[in-house]
Amino acid sequence: MPEYQRPLTVAEYEQNFAQIKPDMSATMAYNESARCLFCYDAPCQQACPTGIDIALFIKQIHTDNLQGSARTIYNSNYFANICGKVCPTEVLCEGACVHNHSQNKPIEIGRLQSYASQHAISENIALYAVPKEKNKGKVAVIGAGPAGIAAACELSKAGVEVHIFESKSSPSGLALYGVAPYKITNQEILEEVAYLQAQFGFSIHYNQPISSKEQLAKLEADFDGIFLGIGLGATNPVLANTQNWANVWGATEFIEQLKTDFQKVVIGKNVVIVGGGNTAMDAASETARMGAASVKLVYRKSKEEMSAYEFEYDLAKQVGVQGIFGLAPAQLLGDNSLKGVSFTNEKGETVEIGCDMVVLATGQQKQTQFLSQIDGLTLNKQGKIVVNEQFQTTNPRYFAGGDAVNGGAEVVNACAEAKKAAQAMIKTLFS
Amino acid sequence: MPNISANLAGIKSPNPFWLASAPPTNSGYQIMKAFDAGWGGAVWKTLGVPVINVSSRYGALNYKGNKMIGFNNIELITDRPLADNLREIEEVKKYFPDHAVIASLMVNTREEWHQIVKDAQNAGADGLELNFGCPHGMCERGMGSAVGQNPIALETITRWVMEVAKVPVIVKLTPNITDITEPAKAARRAGADAISLINTIQSIVGIDLDNLVPYPVVGNQSTNGGYCGPAVKPIALNMVKNCALDENVRLPISGIGGIETWRDAVEHLLLGASNVQVCTAAMHYGFGIVREMIAGLEDFMRQKNFETLNDFIGLSLPKVKHWEDLNLNHKVVATIDSSKCIGCQLCYTACEDGAHQAISVSVDKGVRVPQIIEDNCVGCNLCSLVCPVDNCITMERRDDITAPAETWADYAAKDKAPTTFNDQRGGGVGHWNPTPKEAWDKRKNNR
Ligand SMILES: Cc1cc2nc3c(=O)[nH]c(=O)nc-3n(C[C@H](O)[C@H](O)[C@H](O)COP(=O)(O)OP(=O)(O)OC[C@H]3O[C@@H](n4cnc5c(N)ncnc54)[C@H](O)[C@@H]3O)c2cc1C
Ligand SMILES: Cc1cc2nc3c(=O)[nH]c(=O)nc-3n(C[C@H](O)[C@H](O)[C@H](O)COP(=O)(O)O)c2cc1C
Ligand code: SF4
Ligand code: SF4
Ligand code: SF4
Repeated sequence: MPEYQRPLTVAEYEQNFAQIKPDMSATMAYNESARCLFCYDAPCQQACPTGIDIALFIKQIHTDNLQGSARTIYNSNYFANICGKVCPTEVLCEGACVHNHSQNKPIEIGRLQSYASQHAISENIALYAVPKEKNKGKVAVIGAGPAGIAAACELSKAGVEVHIFESKSSPSGLALYGVAPYKITNQEILEEVAYLQAQFGFSIHYNQPISSKEQLAKLEADFDGIFLGIGLGATNPVLANTQNWANVWGATEFIEQLKTDFQKVVIGKNVVIVGGGNTAMDAASETARMGAASVKLVYRKSKEEMSAYEFEYDLAKQVGVQGIFGLAPAQLLGDNSLKGVSFTNEKGETVEIGCDMVVLATGQQKQTQFLSQIDGLTLNKQGKIVVNEQFQTTNPRYFAGGDAVNGGAEVVNACAEAKKAAQAMIKTLFS
Repeated sequence: MPNISANLAGIKSPNPFWLASAPPTNSGYQIMKAFDAGWGGAVWKTLGVPVINVSSRYGALNYKGNKMIGFNNIELITDRPLADNLREIEEVKKYFPDHAVIASLMVNTREEWHQIVKDAQNAGADGLELNFGCPHGMCERGMGSAVGQNPIALETITRWVMEVAKVPVIVKLTPNITDITEPAKAARRAGADAISLINTIQSIVGIDLDNLVPYPVVGNQSTNGGYCGPAVKPIALNMVKNCALDENVRLPISGIGGIETWRDAVEHLLLGASNVQVCTAAMHYGFGIVREMIAGLEDFMRQKNFETLNDFIGLSLPKVKHWEDLNLNHKVVATIDSSKCIGCQLCYTACEDGAHQAISVSVDKGVRVPQIIEDNCVGCNLCSLVCPVDNCITMERRDDITAPAETWADYAAKDKAPTTFNDQRGGGVGHWNPTPKEAWDKRKNNR
């Protein structure tokens, strides 16, 4: 460090956040798809939460049937291009590829998936005969994140009229505001959602947070069923008075700011990231790529106990992030301006680390307060919405999926759960 | 150091690798470069009345990531005046007196044949190759494969050539015929000195699915062409073997068809070819590809202690038998090396759907290594052929190797061979066969 200079222009930002899974050329896709063995009962497919017929879509790329390939992918996963780029493929499909067991590299499934689905998006190919007249009934979806949009696609395809209510001004939830910029660009995320919306014909009502009991009552009156795709809430406060400091951030809030307007983000010289999950790894990489002179990632337990994937930690290390383990955060130091953070080590001693910026990646809260207003809706002890196998909540007119149900997983899980929930809604509400 | 010099019917060359008559031998310039690169001989692009070719002439069969595993052309013979070619033959021979330069010829009348044979000999050609093989364009005019497919015409024309030939004459055969030994025997009867085979196989290599015109596209039309390249080797090897084994052919053979590596060349030699000719590999990789062929041939000979090519030419022929002569007691079964297995389960689905239901997979999804059900394995090899890992599935001998071999005739003599429709001595009797109902119960697609 410092490997990166603070990016001043969009071009510099794009350079610092260069895509780690860049688009494939046609030749690359042809050659890479040639390596796929078309395994029986393919382990890659078993490892995909949405169960994409991977062997088939790869074969279709090879036979230059890109439209068919895209359809195979979208049949299982509406966030086809996005997932190709943002999924932790190392621990999912690519991690399960049989090539790992020989000395060969696994098939680059994610990049191939994006290659085929981008074809459908850029050519605006209508893959499905979606009914224009939506006369099967009406569903309200709360939240235009991956879960909400996937549910909307599945419902619309069956002829259900869907209205999504979203508190923000753009769709895609944390895929847009959370996922690291070196995995996918905002533009690509928005393009895929626009493609889906044009094809399936659901409505998104932006800047419409649903927060009161009255609003819920109105939705219940106007719609046959409601899908909850609200995700999680703000970062858990683990230190007192964090809001008093300008340069002390919750990780999701910091990343949202970065992804919304990187020019406005003030990055410290010496940054401390607190946490050991994937979000902590992202925040560490991101501050480093934004030009911080030193980034220390401090986790309260051992390196092995971090919940982050190994490849995510590797990504952070590659840009110069230094990991420090066994230190639990105690308090912020400084009078008028931030001087550092004090930690407690395993022996109970105090350790101080100087810094001028802190990012707390200490997990997100659940939206328990909002959810408690829904009659008959049960949350478990961790605040997750309780659902049955069909993703139906304990209030039978409400279904749910995504982070609000699983407590925070990946985009692909949200898509898989929402699709199942939507199918169950079609079955139970409209037939 | 093994001696790789070759001799085909008296035509000597420093090694057995000749360029076949085709675009790589269009001109003296190319052949000079080829000899410099290491080729031992070259058969000049077929001489005759110069043609006009169409534009867009070639098509290819690609497989997986590999380009041009099969190659198709609709080109005709030389499009250059005879005098230019003859002058260049003379010049090349001056620079490379020890390399073989063969003139390939294709004309119509007896007079024309006499004339062109004399011209080629005067230019210094070491031998003549009669092109009775071209399967497109020329055959419609009564030349090329039209001759090769008609043994009487072939014999007649070869006799015309022999009337004036002073150098060895090679008759090039077309594979577009039911029994390759028929034209080979006609060549022998006419007094030819050698045969070369195969020329290209009539083919349509594919169709442009956007505008529905086969390849290669000429405007919005196409025509059938001649097929060659790696994909045709098995057909060529079998035809070389048929000619080599036939008592009535007994002519030296120049093996052609699908030769790209030293292995392909050695296989042609093992089945009786005295040398080999190559076209597609040189068109794909340039003349430098011969480096690999020469080095590989020498290494093979060193390893096997062969000093000259004659030490192994035809050595595989005694091992090619008729089916009736094979030992019915020979039994192999598939064995999976679980330490090498990567769990693709291609062997399972191949045997389950395409062979004998002799492989099982675990109901536990975490266990991916399949198991062979030995009692059901007929030893067909399929699983070992589809397995993507080298030497992971091997075929192991299970019969008593000290017991004498028994052929079908032996079985019949001992009353062990099946003779009636429901004969209980049939090979499949005793194998466990799942019933159709079991497939119904497992069905994935409910209809
Ligand atoms: C920093 C970070 C990085 C990540 N990186 C990756 C990654 O690389 N790959 C990956 O697969 N996953 C990643 N994830 C996880 C992934 O983003 C989430 O799992 C996924 O977005 C969950 O989708 P969702 O639809 O359930 O919730 P969200 O994406 O959270 O969407 C919820 C939506 O609902 C809206 N909403 C909430 N409450 C209301 C309300 N009351 N009224 C109206 N609208 C409301 C929100 O504004 C939001 O748009 C990351 C997450 C974070 C935080
Ligand atoms: C473009 C092309 C043109 C050819 N022209 C001739 C020819 O003029 N005379 C001839 O005897 N064979 C001709 N052939 C056949 C080749 O000499 C050879 O028999 C055939 O390609 C098989 O060898 P390969 O598999 O190494 O290509 C031609 C082949 C190709 C590809
Ligand atoms: S496991 Fe790998 S090789 Fe097998 S089908 Fe999946 S991607 Fe192809
Ligand atoms: S050799 Fe043939 S029958 Fe035996 S296990 Fe393999 S595929 Fe099945
Ligand atoms: S084909 Fe080979 S690697 Fe694949 S499961 Fe069978 S034995 Fe294993």
